[in-house]
Amino acid sequence: MALEFRSVTKQFGTGDGGALTAVSDISFRVDEGEFVSVVGPSGCGKSTLLSMTAGLYQPTSGEVLVSNEPVTGSNAHVGFMLQKDLLLPWRSILQNIEFGLESRGVSKADRRDRALKELAHCHLEGFENHYPYQLSGGMRQRAALARTLAIDPQIILLDEPFSALDAQTKLLLQNSFARTIAESGKTTLLITHDLAEAVLMSDRIIVLSERPGSVVAEIRVDLPHREEPLKRRIMPEVGDYAAQLFKHLKLEEKAA
Amino acid sequence: MTSQRAVLLASLVLLALVLAAWQFLPTALGVPVYIIPTLSDCLAELARMWQVEGLLGHFLSTTLYTILGFLIGSALGAVLGYLLGMSEFWEKVLSPYILALQIAPKVAFAPLFIMWFGYNAMPKLLVTVLIVFFPVLVNVLQAMKTVDRDLVNLARAYNLSRLGVFFKVEMPSTLPNLMAGLRIASTLAVIGVTVGEMVGGNTGLGYLISYGSGQANAAMVFDAIVLLTVIGFLLYSALVRIEARVLHYLPKAHG
Repeated sequence: MALEFRSVTKQFGTGDGGALTAVSDISFRVDEGEFVSVVGPSGCGKSTLLSMTAGLYQPTSGEVLVSNEPVTGSNAHVGFMLQKDLLLPWRSILQNIEFGLESRGVSKADRRDRALKELAHCHLEGFENHYPYQLSGGMRQRAALARTLAIDPQIILLDEPFSALDAQTKLLLQNSFARTIAESGKTTLLITHDLAEAVLMSDRIIVLSERPGSVVAEIRVDLPHREEPLKRRIMPEVGDYAAQLFKHLKLEEKAA
Repeated sequence: MTSQRAVLLASLVLLALVLAAWQFLPTALGVPVYIIPTLSDCLAELARMWQVEGLLGHFLSTTLYTILGFLIGSALGAVLGYLLGMSEFWEKVLSPYILALQIAPKVAFAPLFIMWFGYNAMPKLLVTVLIVFFPVLVNVLQAMKTVDRDLVNLARAYNLSRLGVFFKVEMPSTLPNLMAGLRIASTLAVIGVTVGEMVGGNTGLGYLISYGSGQANAAMVFDAIVLLTVIGFLLYSALVRIEARVLHYLPKAHG
């Protein structure tokens, strides 16, 4: 399924009656099976895009379309993951993975089957009866991915899912996520502030400006090994792409 | 391990010292029995109370009303806490009253309840319910206000109904606070019953305190206080055990 933002603007009311524009006139498209990253300075409304796609709130103007249908509420085709793993601490890992299926009319036996399948998919065998506090940060994030995949979403939204991890875990997890996502062929939108991560994982990168966020550049990453960022990482071209992003984000001017 | 044994040993020695001091110091310092009775005076009085004053009945009555008041008060507090937690509007409208009632000394209501309901079990039960109610209410309400918004959003994105969000996310999220509120409430429940019994009626350990003090029988008062403490301690310990079971998923603090 494809995801499309059509002239999307979102304003939030501030307490004193004013309005804050989070994103302004954003248009771009993520094709079916494509992996697109959105980068931008902090506070540029990256996460706002994600919340609107998940149907948590509506754009002030413009439309968010999932397979050409405007998103009007919570959407069974969209699964999202944040920097926080959002595992329910009182549930075992297996029960956590089942969480998303519980209000979708999936039978108990079916839920268990699908959860076990995703558990294996995300390399968490043997941890089904553990509780979140017993797992490392990387494993918890994998459990969160398993929960996201269990509902079989057509579109996956990732909001800085690796940013709270240490450098090594991050690389390994990026690799494992990339492979899992490539295998399932799902449309993916990754929100990140890590430029290298965007280059390593995406087909295309959207660069947003400072708030109010608008699209300043769109960069196609013409490199192989999207399903294996660790391989892409050692390619010399990666540096060029990162430099391009650098330029679009005007980081040098800001550093001066 | 050795440190654990050292702690145990030190505790036992301290206990023996306290008991010995209780037994011998009052006599040595010439304090009369009606001011501070010795340990053996208290034990003898305990036996007399058991045989003559129907101590068991008083003890059981106090225990019953402590538990009953605790259960009713905490159930009401939790339910209201959850309801207000779901409605910001009513929480704002009612919060001044809640604050006022919370600050008002609940035990001071006891004579009023006796005027309203007479010399029966109702006043002490009401005082207990009232005193137990607030810590539970306040803890639950506070927890409801601080439930992780992202968790709620996740549940909403997974299509959960309002009730589903409550039972699957909000309620379990508030359990640690609820349990903390219940623990505080359990210690207060004994106070509520005691005051109720002291002010009116002729049953319970609180009654024995006012009766004993009227007779200058300090040993009786001492015994009643110790037994009240025992009731409170048992209730508290039961809650700690329940809490350990309910909150098994929280990492345990070692050390």
